Amino acid sequence: MQFSSTNSQAYREGLHDGIPIGLGYFAVAFSLGIICRSSGFSVFQGFLASFLNNTSAGEFAAITLIGAGASYLEIAMVTLIANARYLLMSCALSQRFASDTPMIHRLGVAFAVTDELFGIAIARPGMLNPWYYYGAMSMAIPGWSSGTALGIIAGSQLPARIVSALSVALFGMFLAVIIPPARQSKVILAVILTSFAASFIASTWPALAAFSSGTRTIILTVAISTMAALLHPLKADAQFEEA
Amino acid sequence: MKNNIYVYIAIMALVTYAIRVIPLAFIRQEIKNNFIRSFLYYVPYVTLAVMTFPAIINDTQNPIAGALALTVGIAAAWRGLSLFHVACCCCAVVFVAEMILVP
Repeated sequence: MQFSSTNSQAYREGLHDGIPIGLGYFAVAFSLGIICRSSGFSVFQGFLASFLNNTSAGEFAAITLIGAGASYLEIAMVTLIANARYLLMSCALSQRFASDTPMIHRLGVAFAVTDELFGIAIARPGMLNPWYYYGAMSMAIPGWSSGTALGIIAGSQLPARIVSALSVALFGMFLAVIIPPARQSKVILAVILTSFAASFIASTWPALAAFSSGTRTIILTVAISTMAALLHPLKADAQFEEA
Repeated sequence: MKNNIYVYIAIMALVTYAIRVIPLAFIRQEIKNNFIRSFLYYVPYVTLAVMTFPAIINDTQNPIAGALALTVGIAAAWRGLSLFHVACCCCAVVFVAEMILVP
């Protein structure tokens, strides 16, 4: 693929949309850095872990266990469970790739399929230009890994007020992705309201609250998406992005 | 037993990358099965909604601040504000609300 002006434009749009993600990641990663420190990670090791993983729940879970002296197998298992939702996201994302997209771009985008980057990619109409994704990655990955490193260096948290305010940035982004389509489609609106309600019940109902939040997300995603697909299947000839 | 942190990091990174890359590398065609297409169409909405609520209320210092951020975020997104602006609105709401609610 030539680096055409279209790609350069897409890259810049990705950079722009990646700014709030990078900032949000930076704040959240700061508290991950604190955990890294207590688990015996050096500044470089924490930076490396975040640079290579780009996961919040997965890293939190695994690094806490490492601090408790977990085996290699346990770390592989907890990483697998906490991050299994990315398998679903990558499947969904694969449908936004033109079928002739070169393998190198598939390998490149896969490096950072995260909740937020997935969210903004899926919110773009039509097929995904990998350069848009790379632009957003260029903001998100440095934010996440440098935030982790700084958290280890500083050792104590930012003022609680600031952390609290920044922590909702990510949720604001989620809302910006899911709400506008809900305005167009009553089915999506119903799916979102059902998800809110089910998630609330799952977090308080002892039988489900015992699972990690990553596992609950997987269970609810599979259950509610299956229900929605059975009750309101897409029209056979519809484009993927249309209800 | 003290294990090597670099080995831990390598295991985490490999498992995570495998989860992400396998679908992207191997699903090269448009999926024809209508149930699977419908299922994947709904996945992002469900996943993001499930992760937002009730976490937005639990992650702030004061749950009312989180609830206000949720309400304002939904209103801002409904009116079609950009990703960045919706996120800023939510942060500002929590910051101001907690000035009042958290002593």
